[in-house]
Amino acid sequence: MTKPAKVLIIGSGPIVIGQAAEFDYAGAQACKAMREEGVTSVLVNSNPATIMTDEGVADIVYIEPLTVELITRIIERERPDGLLPTLGGQTGLNLAVDLAEAGVLDKYDVRMLGTPLKTIRMAEDRDLFSRLLAEIGEPAPEGTTVTSLSEARTVAKRIGLPLVVRPAYTLGGTGGGFASTMEELERIVSSGLAASPIGQVLVERSLLGWKEIEYEVMRDGADTCIIVCNMENFDAMGVHTGDSIVVAPSQTLSDKEYQMLRSASMRIIRALGVEGGCNVQFALAPRPEIAGWATPKGEGDPPYFVIEVNPRVSRSSALASKATGYPIARVAAKIAVGKRLDEIPNAVTQKTTAAFEPAMDYVVVKIPRWPFDKFPLGERELGTQMKATGEVMAIDRTFEAAFQKAVRSLEQGGRSLLWEDPKWREDETRDGPMPATDDRLWRLMAALRRDAEPLELARASGVDPWFLQKLARIVAMERRLLAETLSPELLREAKRLGFSDEQVGVLADRLPERVRQTRLQWGIRPVYKMVDTCAAEFDAATPYFYSTYEEENEAKPLAGKKALVIGSGPIRIGQGIEFDYCSVHAVWALQEAGYHALIANSNPETVSTDFDTSDRLYFEPLDEESVRDILDNETGEGDQTPPPSIVQFGGQTAINLAGPLHMAGMPILGSSAEAIDMAEDRGRFEEFLAKLGIPQPPGAAITNIEEAISTAEAIHYPVLVRPSYVLGGRAMEIVQNAEELKRYVAAAAAAAPDKPILIDKYLEGREVEVDAVCDGQEVLIPGIMEHIERAGVHSGDSLAVYPPINLTDEEIATVVDYTERIALALQVDGLMNAQFVIVRSKEASNVYVLEVNPRSSRTVPFISKVTGVPLVRLATHVMLGKSLREQGYQGGLWPKQSLVAVKAPAFSMAKLGGVDTYLGPEMKSTGEVMGVDKNFPAALAKALLSAELALPPGGAVLLSIADKHKQEATPIIRRLAQAGFRLYATEGTAAMIDALGLPVEQVTKRLSEGHPNVVDVIHDGTVDGVINIPEGRVTGTLRDGFHIRRAAVEKRIPCFTSLDTARAATDALLAGVQTYTVQPLRAYLE
Amino acid sequence: MTSPAHLVLEDGSVFAGQGFGAEAEAHGEVVFTTSMTGYQEALTDPSFAGQILSMTFPLQGNYGVNRFDTESRRVQVRGFVVREACDLPSHWRSEGTLHDYLASAGIPAIEGVDTRALTRRLRSAGVMMGAITREEPEQALARLREAPRYEGSDFVREVSASEPFTWRGRGPRIKHNVVVLDLGVKHNILRILRGLGCRATAVPASTSADEILSLRPDGVVLSPGPGDPALLDYAVATAQGLLGRTPIFGICLGHQVLARAWGASTFKLKFGHRGANHPVRETANDRVTITAQNHGYAIDPDGLPAAVEVSHVHLNDGTCEGLRHRELPAFTIQYHSEASPGPHDNRYLFEQFLELVEEARETR
Repeated sequence: MTKPAKVLIIGSGPIVIGQAAEFDYAGAQACKAMREEGVTSVLVNSNPATIMTDEGVADIVYIEPLTVELITRIIERERPDGLLPTLGGQTGLNLAVDLAEAGVLDKYDVRMLGTPLKTIRMAEDRDLFSRLLAEIGEPAPEGTTVTSLSEARTVAKRIGLPLVVRPAYTLGGTGGGFASTMEELERIVSSGLAASPIGQVLVERSLLGWKEIEYEVMRDGADTCIIVCNMENFDAMGVHTGDSIVVAPSQTLSDKEYQMLRSASMRIIRALGVEGGCNVQFALAPRPEIAGWATPKGEGDPPYFVIEVNPRVSRSSALASKATGYPIARVAAKIAVGKRLDEIPNAVTQKTTAAFEPAMDYVVVKIPRWPFDKFPLGERELGTQMKATGEVMAIDRTFEAAFQKAVRSLEQGGRSLLWEDPKWREDETRDGPMPATDDRLWRLMAALRRDAEPLELARASGVDPWFLQKLARIVAMERRLLAETLSPELLREAKRLGFSDEQVGVLADRLPERVRQTRLQWGIRPVYKMVDTCAAEFDAATPYFYSTYEEENEAKPLAGKKALVIGSGPIRIGQGIEFDYCSVHAVWALQEAGYHALIANSNPETVSTDFDTSDRLYFEPLDEESVRDILDNETGEGDQTPPPSIVQFGGQTAINLAGPLHMAGMPILGSSAEAIDMAEDRGRFEEFLAKLGIPQPPGAAITNIEEAISTAEAIHYPVLVRPSYVLGGRAMEIVQNAEELKRYVAAAAAAAPDKPILIDKYLEGREVEVDAVCDGQEVLIPGIMEHIERAGVHSGDSLAVYPPINLTDEEIATVVDYTERIALALQVDGLMNAQFVIVRSKEASNVYVLEVNPRSSRTVPFISKVTGVPLVRLATHVMLGKSLREQGYQGGLWPKQSLVAVKAPAFSMAKLGGVDTYLGPEMKSTGEVMGVDKNFPAALAKALLSAELALPPGGAVLLSIADKHKQEATPIIRRLAQAGFRLYATEGTAAMIDALGLPVEQVTKRLSEGHPNVVDVIHDGTVDGVINIPEGRVTGTLRDGFHIRRAAVEKRIPCFTSLDTARAATDALLAGVQTYTVQPLRAYLE
Repeated sequence: MTSPAHLVLEDGSVFAGQGFGAEAEAHGEVVFTTSMTGYQEALTDPSFAGQILSMTFPLQGNYGVNRFDTESRRVQVRGFVVREACDLPSHWRSEGTLHDYLASAGIPAIEGVDTRALTRRLRSAGVMMGAITREEPEQALARLREAPRYEGSDFVREVSASEPFTWRGRGPRIKHNVVVLDLGVKHNILRILRGLGCRATAVPASTSADEILSLRPDGVVLSPGPGDPALLDYAVATAQGLLGRTPIFGICLGHQVLARAWGASTFKLKFGHRGANHPVRETANDRVTITAQNHGYAIDPDGLPAAVEVSHVHLNDGTCEGLRHRELPAFTIQYHSEASPGPHDNRYLFEQFLELVEEARETR
């Protein structure tokens, strides 16, 4: 095979549940591989917050919607001779298949590299795959694909219930589930058929309760096949692997079983003809005596069944790469351009090649991070549909320690492994089945503390007794810590089981700091061991370490100038991949300045935890204990202080460590802990702004209900309430009256007693946001972003445009002035983000400060890319002492670029049953996309297209608009009609449209009163979009229109809950679609 | 059950831990394997005779022990070193714990050891003698220095069957009669042969070529086994006597013995090849397979005649992993095609051997 000269790599688009940062990691690795092979890479992705879309990573970068039409235009323009289909997740794979089927690849003579199209089809099409398995004698659970409900019923009669339903060609198991009754089957099959792009679902025998095992396999063009890693799910079959706690390597499989499944994986990958990476999932029969609620292994059943194959890199392969040090995506990319495994050097050992199987000498535990802290009303039971937004990984030499470190890494509001829900005291945890939920691991611990037998719990949960015995050992140590006097021996044993100083403190009744000091006095310190792919058999060069309490420390302090970048932990709503982007850029800037860059992080999906990224990677929980231990470890014999830390780039996770590190006398680069506290402490910040004469919405911090009511009455409703120290607008609400306020305060006090609540006047105005870098003398503002939605929708959920389109020069000048003065007065050293609201009246336009954060923000990658100002790099050099001028920049607002860029949120609501999609001050989006073009309508159209918020031309729209907003909606409705949309509306809205003289079809919103109702027209595909503007702006109690919004989400059609968004979408439709440009990002900037 | 114990190396390094298994002192050559599964198979592998085995994977004993996963009639290692031994195993086939298993076999073991530090020591200094002891490390070190050394000891005589025996297991109709020279055979070799329609008869290591030929074999397997091949002149003589008279398949120590019969010399590797992840390239087609390995010695192919070619090479260090005679029906591999523990990728070699057996029978 000849090596291609130019290769197109398709990214996976925005972060959504089922497709997170792992594909940025994969794409970045692929670009690196192409560069090493001398192949030009052309990268296309709609997600700007990615490292892969940096020009230093890919050669030519397009930030464009991921559609066949757009990519065809890119192919036309770039004429690549190869396409890498297997690195952009399911999105990239589906697009590659679509491009091939549309004849685009043939027309432009683009080769599909690596795994052939035939193989992808065979692996993805359930029937073809089942047939292949039958041919090679691999057992698959009985099942059939169906394309209709009636077929599904027939299958159910033949195989019998329970059944599992899996839609074809979807990611994260969207639209699938388990059915134990006919009603459930019908419901799940309908949603699955809707979710599948080819309208096909697989209905098959349920293997609920069987062990779930995965193998990561690589194969090259010469048919050499290796296993990178196998993984065992703590949660038995029935829970999506993305929602399972996973351990690597497998722990309860004998060599016979391990090899049986290994050989099966190889037979399958060979029969499929995969060239690159592939993931094979198996169900292995559980121990008969624990299979309480599991589907029993039948008489004639084989010991295992093949469940699924992914002929591409995946979330599991990212995990396997980080778990072993074997870079799957990079090797897969090299195989795709014709390399053999034994021709690819092993970057870790530098002596061996990629043709080997990693040997681990530690245990890896992954725990998913679920968004239910933000969606407490969501359906929390876990099943075949993935719900986690991210994950954490921890490494140690025992399962207990790895597990406990992983729990610490979750950063769940101080919820340690000791946490118990007060409701469990009623002892209900002891009896009956314990299905998987996001808090099951804590429930298992609670049950063990109440003397439940591991075997009994295994029967109730399907978790193998081995794991439960290990958890029981943790409980036994808890008891010892409660009962015995703390001694060096006991403490050392506890640390070897992964107990944090804080846990020890709680149990042994001491302050965590006391525990730490005692521990250090006793000489009990962690050592750091290397992840080297070979279990120490060879001398390795990987700077990739984890902590453990053993004898030998392999991470001697690095000599020379160095700094630690603290990462951002698991991807969650409000703290996404943007912060990983910033962390990686900080590392690069440090290296550029001649520093060794160290990084600490706990997220296996990311580029920052690629061992190639930094000079030293510490894979650790991001809490005070771990970070201080790392810094202690990096303090050399002759050093006066530990190396400095950078806390600005890792989101709230890192910034929260500023105080503790400062208290511990550990240096911080950039803005001081004092400046950070000043911005975050409501009272101090208010005083600070007052001194500067900069207005903010009136308000106060309160601690009880009386203060709350008097404050609200003084500033007048509506008011915005939120807990102090927020992350992603968590638990923020707009409150209209005293009754709602009382309810809010009561709930907040229950969740976090003693913590103040902030009450501000809610100003309905235009919201703008800036990022800035300050060197103490000057403040550089690369650009101003204007939100499309009026204040009240969380900034992370808003559409935002750069440059602003509606601001006056005077307003811009005020925003710049306020930003500069705040940054200088706060003594910001590095980055700052500020949000403003502009309220216009007849007489004047007033700018108020909403929020200031002396750290990097979600918008840093976006604004850096669209202005060309390398914000993180500038900020890092500033922190190291180089002024903006010394870096060739200066203060003030950076010249406006000729492009227009729109940032749009991406949601994962379809995966989260029971969650209201109505947008308010609480952030709900999981990711973002960018549309860039030469003018606003085109950029907006692209952004909406990428965010799946575009209305298809000439379709039908369902409208349900509260009285209060009807007048404002009128022009939008007229434009929709003018654009040829058919209008459907609920009673009141229909009457109003009728009165406008426009044709409209009325559908009832009273679900029990006849058909078609609002849900019917959504489900049966009559309408292509929904505009639902409810009364008021109250979250939490807002159930009006809930069914409409959920139905739209489940049908995957756009649903707008703000008139501003609806207006933008309508305008984009009318003006933008026909006119957009397709060119590399760089070309827009020229 | 747990009491403080130490692993003492002859260079004076001491590793602390807790004792389990038998309450005795063990002396032996300390080696490590990187195989992540298959501890019971390893414990009963005769190739580990005379050695204290350390597992690089920290958690051992998770799935217990049973009567099926044995590779010989007893535990063969002198001692066992792990980071953590599981005392509450979970598996449907489990019949007991590692501790009970080792205790009843009289084998001492130690857990809680920083086995990674140990591996790094052995990797840089080379394998060496060591002791597992529950007594004072200094005294144990003194006793260790007096103990017989691994090198120079012929462990084959210890582990080989004293009488010939035929494998009694289920399998298809018998087509071939294969004799296995038992230099420390793993039962899985016999199981696989039986499974391929062979009557597999193991004979003592000291059996002569004529005695073997008198059993009218359709082919002979020279088995793996422990120790230094340079000490096995008697087995080399047997191999010489068999060459050209019956198809031969040499595995591991059997490979080294046949290589010596062909004139090659052998040498000791610094820390050996032990694990389930060793990549080996077949020179004929450049294909790489992952192999299970357990050997401390290797052959130097320089002394080989032109009629013998190097058929397999280790991808990491380039050592010889297999030989093939260009004319005679005889080939060898340095790795373990029978796996157990380890990957099953190389079982096809048994089939290749049986092809030679069939060809030989046709021409006879």
